[in-house]
Amino acid sequence: MYDIKALYEAESVEHAVRLLTEHPEAQIIAGGSDVLVQMREGKRAGKELVSIYMIDEMRGVSYEEDETIRIGSLTSFSHITKDPIIQKHIRVLGEAVDMVGGPQIRNIGTIGGNTCNGVTSADSASTLFAWDAQVELTGPEGVRRLPIQEFYIKAGVVDLRPGELQTAILIPKKCYEGYAGHYIKYAMREAMDIATTGCSVNVKLSEDKKMVEDVRIAYGVAGPVPMRASLAEETLRGKPVSPAAVKEFAETVLEDIRPRDSWRASKAFRQHIAVVLAERACKESIRRAGGEINA
Amino acid sequence: MRKQYKLVSCTINGKQVEKMVDVRASLTDMLRDDYRLTSVKKGCEVGECGACNVLINGECFNSCIYLAVWAQGKEILTLEGLSGPNGELSDIQQAFIDEAAVQCGFCSPGFIMSAAEILEAGREFSDDEIRKLMSGHLCRCTGYENIFRAVKKTMLRRLGKEKEAEEV
Repeated sequence: MYDIKALYEAESVEHAVRLLTEHPEAQIIAGGSDVLVQMREGKRAGKELVSIYMIDEMRGVSYEEDETIRIGSLTSFSHITKDPIIQKHIRVLGEAVDMVGGPQIRNIGTIGGNTCNGVTSADSASTLFAWDAQVELTGPEGVRRLPIQEFYIKAGVVDLRPGELQTAILIPKKCYEGYAGHYIKYAMREAMDIATTGCSVNVKLSEDKKMVEDVRIAYGVAGPVPMRASLAEETLRGKPVSPAAVKEFAETVLEDIRPRDSWRASKAFRQHIAVVLAERACKESIRRAGGEINA
Repeated sequence: MRKQYKLVSCTINGKQVEKMVDVRASLTDMLRDDYRLTSVKKGCEVGECGACNVLINGECFNSCIYLAVWAQGKEILTLEGLSGPNGELSDIQQAFIDEAAVQCGFCSPGFIMSAAEILEAGREFSDDEIRKLMSGHLCRCTGYENIFRAVKKTMLRRLGKEKEAEEV
């Protein structure tokens, strides 16, 4: 038995908004792999819950009219990995969420829960930052969309207003068309572990594959929330594809990131692997985009 | 505090069932206490060890971090559902015995249900794929090699590759 004060089950998004407005103290529960564990630990014990898990309209990946990719917030990690739209356009996201926890966790964990937690280590978050994803929030005043970077306020806190829930994650066509990416999770174990640091890179190359038209890089656990390394991106944008340019890009990352010492790893170690991961993930992204670069 | 109950109808091991369930119950609680399906073990109860693993609509879930009320309308399969009408063991259960993949047995039902999902896919997985698909479980007795062999052998046998299975 869980120490749940009361459970309200939402049958639709509209119903969820109503329940959240009626019960302002209640915590949203999606897949529950964080909320229930925290409840067991006593951190959220005795709370009221609004369960949104049974709202099937919030599941699945689809195209919007303008070919924006829409990922329902309740889509599980394993379903994102298996989805043909994700495999075609944002394969790296499917690969990144395939590194979360273990198989059972990937069946229950949702991408909405992973981002609404506001934790920096979320395996989906760095890739979503790196692809300029937007977050769709539905509340009593209707629907609003905002860039994922603005959604994260500080460690563990996201911009969810009273009565609101996250209903989808969107990736506009201009953000994915022509891009290829790679994610590296650095962790101590190959399963059931949290990233020491995670790095997601994607690139868009010129038609002849000789020049980096655009590059985006984002980190998990390089600061209190997932973050982009904008200065590093600037150094590589518009440069010819070369190992030296990639190296400069990777080293510039240190001017962007703000890792700290924790029991998992020291700041110095995180800075070291951040540079190594940036170089490796960037080179692999270039290869995936059809470019040629030496190891 | 007022107690809150809900009627939960679902299919468990092929049988349509229905019971009033305390909304605070996990699926592990419901399967063990209301349906006496004690193959579903209470291990860590925080989704780390995999001892409570069951199939829900064909996918593996740690039932300890799954609310019982979410079982509404779902098809649930536990280890008890693998054996025959008179308790005959299924091939994967027998393979665990033959390969000495069982010692204390506490982790076995969870492992076997993950294996069941692999076997249901009806295709051949590489060694790395099997290891990844079985990675959501902890075993503290035999280690993992015998378990891995039991799963791989059963997969090959089901695909009619008896000779390859002998060589594992």
